[in-house]
Amino acid sequence: MKISRKEVLHIALLARVGLTDEEVDRLSEQLSNILENFEVLKQVDTTNVPPTAQSIDLRNVVSDDVIAPSLPLDDVLSNAPQKEADFFKVRAVLEE
Amino acid sequence: MVSNPNKLTIHEAHELLKTKQLSSVELTKACLERIRQVEPQVKAIVTVTEELALKQAEQADKLLAAGKASPLTGIPALIKDNMCTRGVKTTCSSKMLENFVPPYDATVIEKLNENGMVMVGKANMDEFAMGSSTENSALFTTHNPWDLSRVPGGSSGGSAAAVAAGEALYALGSDTGGSIRQPAGFCSVSGLKPTYGRVSRYGLVAFASSLDQIGPLTRDVTDCALVMNAIAGYDSRDSTSAPQSVPDYTKCLTGDIKGLRLGVPKEYFVTGMQPEVSSAINAAIKTLEGLGAKLEEVSLPSTKYALAVYYIIAPSEASANLARYDGVKYGFSYQQGSTMWENMEKTRQFGFGPEVKRRIMLGTYALSAGYYDAYYVKAQKVRTLIRREFDAVFEKFDALVTPTSPTLPFKIGEKAADPVSMYLSDVCTLPINIAGVPAMSIPAGFVNNLPVGMQLIAKPFAEETILKIAHAYEQAAGWVGRRKPEI
Repeated sequence: MKISRKEVLHIALLARVGLTDEEVDRLSEQLSNILENFEVLKQVDTTNVPPTAQSIDLRNVVSDDVIAPSLPLDDVLSNAPQKEADFFKVRAVLEE
Repeated sequence: MVSNPNKLTIHEAHELLKTKQLSSVELTKACLERIRQVEPQVKAIVTVTEELALKQAEQADKLLAAGKASPLTGIPALIKDNMCTRGVKTTCSSKMLENFVPPYDATVIEKLNENGMVMVGKANMDEFAMGSSTENSALFTTHNPWDLSRVPGGSSGGSAAAVAAGEALYALGSDTGGSIRQPAGFCSVSGLKPTYGRVSRYGLVAFASSLDQIGPLTRDVTDCALVMNAIAGYDSRDSTSAPQSVPDYTKCLTGDIKGLRLGVPKEYFVTGMQPEVSSAINAAIKTLEGLGAKLEEVSLPSTKYALAVYYIIAPSEASANLARYDGVKYGFSYQQGSTMWENMEKTRQFGFGPEVKRRIMLGTYALSAGYYDAYYVKAQKVRTLIRREFDAVFEKFDALVTPTSPTLPFKIGEKAADPVSMYLSDVCTLPINIAGVPAMSIPAGFVNNLPVGMQLIAKPFAEETILKIAHAYEQAAGWVGRRKPEI
């Protein structure tokens, strides 16, 4: 399975990871090599085998509806790169 | 005055603290002094919390004087830097979180604090726990105290190296595909990855949520049991934590393993394994037989698929978990772009290192339209087969014995350029996380003065079986404390 530069750029867009030209070249080669190692799974017959998402025997865990104190606002915002009043500050999402 | 108290085990130090032959402040100062002495070479610690440690030690001495001490009270510990510590930087050894100060404690930190922990610092790791050598740390590489030109293993390499070098009496690590056990093996310490769900993951920076588990790295097996007593148990804040009650893990350390049935899976002794490693493990197997255990070869044929399954599932989960690093709420934030999207892409471009980006890309690819069934769902189905094989084997056997890693600790730089060869160093440990069963690495001697680790695996929630066998072997083999790193 060969991953082209174009595919690398498409995945990078989905993941919102900026890449230099050099990184695109390197990832195209490295991802292709890694995917080659996944080919082995094609040999496995998984007809009628259910997928396992996690290994513990718990289903639909819900917490009790109990009111508990939240973190103080100052603490929540203490690592914010940009803030204004009691809010995280972000750039406009919709451009004009 | 006890000499070099920083090199004691937890249970030895506890006896001395209880009988007033040693104070926690003295013990803590010895660790801090050792940190000053060896850190320039070992580089295991990202943040040393000297002031906090001395304050906690004074507090612990009061508890000890009042007779209110638990076995961990006043004992200096190091915490892997992916567990949130209120008011103390938690970097994940990443540029992304270089200045992140958590506003809350992880559950394991709360539990250790309730037990009177003295935290001397936060341990270096591969960035976001992705790696097997600490070379992926964006801050610096940790060196193996047994040979400074070699890696300590990873991703919990700082935790393992510091315990081996006498900088702390124990450490916490996390293990997604071998990140506690492989460094424990490389540094000749004991490291336990508990059953998935046994220890709360609340406050552990998420890498692959269905595989991650926190566990102890200690100088001996008894210490491992003592730390498990403190950190295991249900937590309402982690919906995957197990409701099962927690036993006293020291009770199983009887030394008696007569008649236990141990399987030796032949698939764990194949391609790429250094012959010295398999001879060391074979010698350990002889010791276990000498103790009355019944050993028999077994087969886990799906083992050969574990690497592929792991490197689809873990990066897929990672790509989703790491989507949160967008430069808005916390962490590194690029702000010079002309649009919101440019800022987000550059935040992730400059904030993440090469391995993290590689895994985000790999996971995004495996989850993307057109490939989801072929990669992600296929891997989840093979995961079912791997788990079924373990379940079947544990019908007949109490535990399995394997090498922890196929190689001795490798040279710094030796595998850094080739991701696939680095991934292969976890080939004996990955299947365990895929199945969600518990496993431990304990010292099984030395080859050319380099440590070899033996891995013990048991069925879900059978940590006691593992600890019992590990303890019996440790007493019979006598590796612990026989040698000390020259540093």
